[in-house]
Amino acid sequence: MGNEESVFFSRVLTELTLSFHIIYATIGVGVPLMIMIAQWVGIKKNDEHYILLARRIARGFVITVAVGVVTGTAIGLQLSLLWPNFMQLAGNVIALPLFLETFAFFFEAIFLGIYLYTWDRFENQKKHLLLLIPVAIGASASAVFITIVNAFMNAPQGFDILNGELINIQPLVAMLNPAMPTKVAHVLVTAYMTTAFVLASIAAFRLLKGSNHIYHKKSLFLMLKLGLIFGIAAAIIGDFSGKYLAAYQPEKLAAAEWHFETEKGAPLVLLGILDGEEVKYAFKIPYALSILAHGSPATEVTGLNDFPQDEIPPLYIHYLFDGMVMIGMFLVFISFVYVIGKIRKWKFISSRWFRWIVVMGGPLAILAIEFGWWLAEVGRQPWILKGFMRTAEGATTSNNVDIMLILFSGLYLILGIGSVVVLRRMFRNNPVEQELEDRHAEKGGDFT
Amino acid sequence: MTLEIVGISVLWLFLFGYLIIASIDFGAGFFNAYSLLTGRQHILTNIIQRYLSPVWEVTNVFLVFFFVGVVGFFPKTAFYYGTTLLVPASIAIILLAIRGSYYAFETYGSRGHKGYSFMYGIAGLFIPASLSIVLTISEGGFVSMVDGQPVLDYWELFTNPLTWSIVVLSIAAVLYISAVFLTWYADKAKDAKATSLMRKYALLWSLPLIITAIGIMVELRQHNAEHYGRMLDFWWLFAISAVMYVGTVWLIWKRKKYGLALSLLIGQFALAFFAYGISHYPYLLYPHLTLYDGFTNPTMAVALIIAFIAGLGLLIPSLYLLLKLFLFNKDYVRGKKDNHA
Repeated sequence: MGNEESVFFSRVLTELTLSFHIIYATIGVGVPLMIMIAQWVGIKKNDEHYILLARRIARGFVITVAVGVVTGTAIGLQLSLLWPNFMQLAGNVIALPLFLETFAFFFEAIFLGIYLYTWDRFENQKKHLLLLIPVAIGASASAVFITIVNAFMNAPQGFDILNGELINIQPLVAMLNPAMPTKVAHVLVTAYMTTAFVLASIAAFRLLKGSNHIYHKKSLFLMLKLGLIFGIAAAIIGDFSGKYLAAYQPEKLAAAEWHFETEKGAPLVLLGILDGEEVKYAFKIPYALSILAHGSPATEVTGLNDFPQDEIPPLYIHYLFDGMVMIGMFLVFISFVYVIGKIRKWKFISSRWFRWIVVMGGPLAILAIEFGWWLAEVGRQPWILKGFMRTAEGATTSNNVDIMLILFSGLYLILGIGSVVVLRRMFRNNPVEQELEDRHAEKGGDFT
Repeated sequence: MTLEIVGISVLWLFLFGYLIIASIDFGAGFFNAYSLLTGRQHILTNIIQRYLSPVWEVTNVFLVFFFVGVVGFFPKTAFYYGTTLLVPASIAIILLAIRGSYYAFETYGSRGHKGYSFMYGIAGLFIPASLSIVLTISEGGFVSMVDGQPVLDYWELFTNPLTWSIVVLSIAAVLYISAVFLTWYADKAKDAKATSLMRKYALLWSLPLIITAIGIMVELRQHNAEHYGRMLDFWWLFAISAVMYVGTVWLIWKRKKYGLALSLLIGQFALAFFAYGISHYPYLLYPHLTLYDGFTNPTMAVALIIAFIAGLGLLIPSLYLLLKLFLFNKDYVRGKKDNHA
């Protein structure tokens, strides 16, 4: 196997690991916050249903956390195994947030263990709620730090290279790179948003499949409210991300928008098919790209033709961009309709077809997360460290990457199927009605 | 003390932490599977599950912490070890992944599934074996430089007795450490049957442990005379370690003071592990990479050490809380209440 093949298989394996990991990681960032909110609402309203909601989410969370932890360990090691040359260079500049991430992870792991094994141990539910704060902080903080590392790869700074030597290294400057604010904010908010839609999806599914319990209705309303809030936040931050791209990675924005000629008042291209340099069947929104990029319709947006041809990312990222944005808009729309409908007592939001749409929301949200990451990552090709190191220069020279790819594919298949089977069995064998009954028998209905 | 020494000491300490708690974890998984096979499951499973459940994720973090720390403090290790370890480390990751997730699947999904327990138990023994390859490689003689890139000679690695001695030592150590810990834990839980069974295992595994440990010294003399010479300089550390080993075995044999036996065990491994580490100085990968060549720039080193101190300020009280709530909580240890989510 030549080095070119090593590079190719290293890319495929990294993509596979990350694509699998982010499903569990996104849920891992969002769920602690959702449990916290559910439990807090439960204590506030003195409503056992919300407390039970928190408990049931926590139980399912153990399974997703387990897969998240082990695949996270995998990608952590794979960084050095598959990209040794890159890690050797980047390690000098960006080791600090990597290191901090493990602290955040550590902190979360400790308190999650405590939280999961102390339900009923405290007289006061509020004390138990306090344990969740470090879990939620740890989960979000590790996302922040690891996203900082990724932001650095998109907008490296905080060092100089003189005759091949790294000098003037400033770890904090490297962390506070220009890509950092939008990336971190977007990752966090979309993780919360996705988790809310996944949980809403489960509630809607239970309502469709037999159970008509008030518990699921409360869960659905709470999650769609949260989904709406985080969805709007995600859209606003997405707009900032567009402005960041225009300023720092214009080739990524131009490729995502199939914007070839540098021009003023650039239109935003929706959908369409690319035929050479000809965009066919697309909707064009006049001036929208200039507004997205610079906040004013008249400004000039650099087109792809003005970049060196070997520094342009693959043009298929346009579809990823469209997919992500449309799913995001759709989710904001349905949660908005639901929340307004709930207030104005519209009937159709309880209809079967609308609930099926809500059920679709969870998987769609996860799909949007995948699209977003593929867009961000493929969009910075050919660079592994933009402006400093091309992807091919960072990869391993080892000859066995293809075999490892097969092994890891098998692993993720087993983990994916295993986690779904176990989660389904866990909740099917113990429906909410049953659990409520059991707990009433045990405690006489007293939850506070 | 230079920054390099501070860095490697911190990492070595964390690796030691991982060695102890992962050994308990891996060994416990094996004993659990073995007791299933021999129909003694009812004796051990409760004790093992009660200990492992709240801490398994923390165990994993120790490992992540170590390898992230190594690449942070010594970025060149990513180049040398990253390139050469692709296969053994990937196998270790896969085993760790199966183990970690199936633990959760079994505990929360379907309690008592035999297939899960076996996978879990067997994977636990292969992980120390695949991880200990790093120690073998670090002794030199297995990695050569071809066109400026490190290449691992698998044939040399798999035919060398040193490799296999280290593998056997790692497995024996896992089972011995785990057995001593569980003897103490079962005794605390006032579970006489589990205590006596674990005590038997502890005594059983004490012998292969000490034989392979001595065997490795002999082989190192052949393989890396320089390292062997430096180990002799620290003979007294190994001697104290050996005395502690005798103390542990004696206490366990006499069924006395299991707490003290456990402390002696930790002391024994700490001394041997640090003596081994110190004698390895100054090489990270003999003879290609030293502590000083591989070290990061001073700015990053200072930043990492500050982050490390701040992080420990957060972690030590949290870990203490975890231990207080589960390891040293009488009601929990004796299984009076099951408060899990």
